[in-house]
Amino acid sequence: MGFWVSSSISKLATRNRYHEVTMAEPTITLNVTRYRPGQDRAPTTQAYAVPYKEDWVVLDALNHIKDQIDGTLSYRWSCRMGVCGSCGMMVNGTPKLTCAAFLRDYYPGEIRVEPLINFPIIRDLVIDMSDFLDKLKSVKPWIIRKEEKPVARGEYLQTPAELEAFHQFTQCINCMLCYAACPVYGLEPKFLGPAAIALGYRYNMDSRDQGKEQRAVIGNHDGIWDCTFVGECSVVCPKDVDPAAAIQRSKVDTTKNWFQSILMPWGQR
Amino acid sequence: MTGIRPDPSKLYNRKMPATWWLQKKSYFLFMLRELSSVFIALFLLVYLYQIYQLTQGPEAYAAFTRRLSSPGWIFFNLIAFLFAVYHSVTWFQSTAVVLPVRLGERLVPRQIVTALHIGFWIVVSLGVLILFLALKD
Repeated sequence: MGFWVSSSISKLATRNRYHEVTMAEPTITLNVTRYRPGQDRAPTTQAYAVPYKEDWVVLDALNHIKDQIDGTLSYRWSCRMGVCGSCGMMVNGTPKLTCAAFLRDYYPGEIRVEPLINFPIIRDLVIDMSDFLDKLKSVKPWIIRKEEKPVARGEYLQTPAELEAFHQFTQCINCMLCYAACPVYGLEPKFLGPAAIALGYRYNMDSRDQGKEQRAVIGNHDGIWDCTFVGECSVVCPKDVDPAAAIQRSKVDTTKNWFQSILMPWGQR
Repeated sequence: MTGIRPDPSKLYNRKMPATWWLQKKSYFLFMLRELSSVFIALFLLVYLYQIYQLTQGPEAYAAFTRRLSSPGWIFFNLIAFLFAVYHSVTWFQSTAVVLPVRLGERLVPRQIVTALHIGFWIVVSLGVLILFLALKD
């Protein structure tokens, strides 16, 4: 029932013949990478005007595009609440979980949505993560025992202090934002990478684990020693895993172990 | 088990630009931090040469120190000093990351660890400066 007699109405307002003013929905523009394998020679950018809502995230905007504007857009997403690690993309040049990037932090500017860098593009915003999965497997991210304790002997016991030693590194959701943030990984694809090393470190620091020697890949040239501590991985990590800390501490650990093996070769491990 | 892999011929590989370190402030600061080692090395070479000049006798040493007093060399020393300070501050920041300090149950915040390192460094530097001024003549 709005009846305004106004000589200046905003761009979003329209007035009908009964002088009733309705406000149009504000919109925000998303510039999204498009790439059709086998069809496009190179990726292009497509602009979409999406309704701007205070509580929307970039993922909501992408879902709106897919549902209402262009069903051909492909992207990964799942939990929409920052625990699955599926929806990682570049938002205005920064690797982010699109379910955690609010439109209001960019409005009224335009938002550039690109696939996670340092990974090959399969299609549109979908990247090939095989390299990361291979590297993750190579650090053997599971408890390794020299001898399994039989079930009848009960559980492995762990004190709160022992848990504290590795707990933050268990929070990794494999979202690969750290790989997109790491310039070393961009320049040297053989680099093991922040998440894989952090997860290897998590198991090495777990009091129940006895498999440190089996994770020797961490101490290789393309493991921790490729890292130059840029630190950007820890900055972009949505779960505060701090992979940079894991890598630098691994450097201290492996160096200490190396000296110990030289100076005290008879020591048991 | 290898699983299903995408067809590599259809993947698009984006090249990392040579100007990657200009695209973000944190990358640029990282490169500055790495560059600081070059200036520190250069300063060290000059310093070693200065020590060598000490062995060449008082005239040679005096001539060399006069050369070092030129505006060009003073400018180089100033730049090298600024880089050395940046190098040390970032080193102390890295130390706080690598060595978590525990006070009982609680973790000491990283900024405090860094600040303590810098504070100790300033105290030692002042001590050296005072000693130098006292022993000079």
